[in-house]
Amino acid sequence: MMADGSGKEGAGAEPTRAQVDAEQEFDRAIVEGKFDSVDMRKVLDAEGGVMDMDKMWITMGPQHPFSHGLWTLIIQADGEIVTDAIPIVGYLHRGWEKETENRTYPKIIPMADRLCYAASMTYTHLYCMTVEKALDLEIPEKAKYIRIVADEINRLQSHLMWLAAVGTDMGNFTIFLWASREREFWMDMNIRLCGARMTTNYPRIGGVRNDTPDIFDRDIIRCTEHFEKMIWEIIGLIDNSSIYQSRMVGTGIITREQCANLGITGPAARGTGVDFDARRDDPYDNYDKVGFEVPVLTAGDSYARYVVRMEEMLQSCIIIKDAMQKIQALGKNSPYRLKAPSRVPAGRHFGRIEDCRGEAMMYLVSDGTDKPYRLKVRSPIFINVSASKPLVQGCRIADIPVIMAMIDMCLGETDR
Amino acid sequence: MGYYTSIQDWIAFPDPLANPYYPFGDAYNLPYDISLKLWNIVGGAIAWLIDLLFPGNAVSEWLVCDMTANFFALVIFMLIVFMVVFIAVLVVLWEERKVLGRAMDRRGTMVGMMGFLQCVADGFKTFMKDNIYSKRVDGMTYWWTLSLIIGTSVLIACMVPLSDRWFVVDYECGLLIVMGLFALAPFFILVSGWSQNNKYSLIGGLRAAEMMISYEIPMLIIIATVALQAGTLNINGIVEAQYGTLPYFIPQAVGFVTFFICAIAESERAPFDLAEAESELVEGWQTEYAGMKWGLIMLADYLRGFCACGMIVILFLGGWNLPGVHLTEWESWLPVPELTFLLKGFLVFFIMVIIRCATPRVRTDTILNLGWKVFLPLAILNLVIVVTYKAGGIF
Repeated sequence: MMADGSGKEGAGAEPTRAQVDAEQEFDRAIVEGKFDSVDMRKVLDAEGGVMDMDKMWITMGPQHPFSHGLWTLIIQADGEIVTDAIPIVGYLHRGWEKETENRTYPKIIPMADRLCYAASMTYTHLYCMTVEKALDLEIPEKAKYIRIVADEINRLQSHLMWLAAVGTDMGNFTIFLWASREREFWMDMNIRLCGARMTTNYPRIGGVRNDTPDIFDRDIIRCTEHFEKMIWEIIGLIDNSSIYQSRMVGTGIITREQCANLGITGPAARGTGVDFDARRDDPYDNYDKVGFEVPVLTAGDSYARYVVRMEEMLQSCIIIKDAMQKIQALGKNSPYRLKAPSRVPAGRHFGRIEDCRGEAMMYLVSDGTDKPYRLKVRSPIFINVSASKPLVQGCRIADIPVIMAMIDMCLGETDR
Repeated sequence: MGYYTSIQDWIAFPDPLANPYYPFGDAYNLPYDISLKLWNIVGGAIAWLIDLLFPGNAVSEWLVCDMTANFFALVIFMLIVFMVVFIAVLVVLWEERKVLGRAMDRRGTMVGMMGFLQCVADGFKTFMKDNIYSKRVDGMTYWWTLSLIIGTSVLIACMVPLSDRWFVVDYECGLLIVMGLFALAPFFILVSGWSQNNKYSLIGGLRAAEMMISYEIPMLIIIATVALQAGTLNINGIVEAQYGTLPYFIPQAVGFVTFFICAIAESERAPFDLAEAESELVEGWQTEYAGMKWGLIMLADYLRGFCACGMIVILFLGGWNLPGVHLTEWESWLPVPELTFLLKGFLVFFIMVIIRCATPRVRTDTILNLGWKVFLPLAILNLVIVVTYKAGGIF
């Protein structure tokens, strides 16, 4: 079949059909044992001279059940033990950064939604925040709190999707469906807030698109309280089971030094003892006025990263409840949006946000027109995936899906 | 000639045990009886019709003679035994999907008859799929291992007796035959994984072998223990031995739990489905089997799951007997012992499904540790307990 596809004459570097056939015939001859032992020894020596004969390279991806999205992890396996790993990303590259240079500033907002399908509002928030910095705009208090609520809804959504993926990666479908069930409630909250489930197009430069509707004010509290009860069902299923523990405890260990050298951020770093959260340490949009704690563990294995994410979900509920109180205290008629000028003064500006997966940043170079000159995105996963080699080295093949699930791959933002 | 005048003379329903070619010795066999009666109706009617057209011919005589009746009765017998097992496996499949669905807060399958027809729909779907296979596979082993895996699974499923009158063979060492056939599949899986020219299949096959050496030994020790307590390797004998006293899951509680977990591993169900771990090895050793090949492999998987449940029922739960009711003496057409056996099997499978929805897949090192460091001592402990019973004369 493959030979038919490349059978055209004059295809340049592509092998001709005759070459492919000859190669296949040679392989078949080896398989069928047509060579005598001396010839065979020569072939094996020639191959053995250039590669590790007792190890096997396995290409996992780009379409593989463990890669949530399109990326490849090429691993070298010595039996079941992984000895080396090479991550390859870029299959989903769509020229996002270049495309923004031909859009006016407001038109980039729906595009920023598409950066991350699991938590679209955080990237839109980040983009709006960066442009507001460039415009030197102070947005209304209410908008800041609404953005916090929206961010945390998206964080919960994203973490629940991660939890669902962890379930299937470990070979259990119950976790997947229970987490998806809880995620639906937060999707509903998105609908209440802005009408869409995933790509929300909600924050605006200078505020948010609309005020919180009455139905949202009521339902978000109900949803939070419901979630705080239901999450314990899932925690009970995972943490009370020694099989789950045995899959996570002690696998995928990295040290603080490796974290620093590789630039790992987010829950992956906080599970390794790096006590940093941009929400607390470099607060943006009134995050300094709501009370929450940053969970930090020092173990550095998959289980620590799991616990950090679960705790973050509970903290998100606390943030949402706190921020909703502040929103209600501001009253129904307080402003939620400013008119922003369409032209951004020339300059270089930088915004950072604590995304669900790590620290996302945007670097905006504006030249005084209504279009950005350059917009660079720092995606946390693009950096975190570089840790896959130290993470999976020495683990078993069966551990790879679990370890990489704890990084929580999201290819939309990685490849941009 | 001249003995046969009316159709009643041709369709006589003779006693199967009086047939000189009766293959089951002294034991009464219900499916054989049904088959013989069916053949008497069909063959007798044909013989009568031929005799009407050509009176006094030899073909009519031949159709109802003992040897021919026995031959066709055995053909129908095989079909009946397989169909009953097949329907039981479809019920098992449906049970798994429904119970899993409810446990996961969804409905499960919904196609016809409370979702039962989904199995049929899936069967047709896989049947209609293209029969794709790689050019580089090792044809001989690729096809032969596939047919052997499916064949041995069907064979064990038919070898598990539903009652003392519903069996295929009644050997003195019947238990060993069933367990021996059970243990064959990992070898075929190993060879099949090797033949597919695919790294995932290779790892899957190696895992199947790796797993087998960990659970097979404690399992066989427990089987030997059960045989020791019953005093026989005959499946009928083991069930009969449990009738007078307690079912063996009470005196051999340790062995029961160990055997249960080993049986899950033996039938390669979650959490021990390492050989087809779909999250890291795409579909494990089944990766290169497309379409109906995969469908048959799945059917074989469920056949083995059903057989594992059947073995648990036979060895520990008292087989087809209900406590206090000796149904085996009830030689009526009511299939009460058979249904008792199947219901007990479905109950055991229900627990297997609950285990599946509560646990993730274990790693190879975990199952090796479990097998050698936990199950083997437990199996030996069980053996010691039973030897103590026997020495003390309790059972």
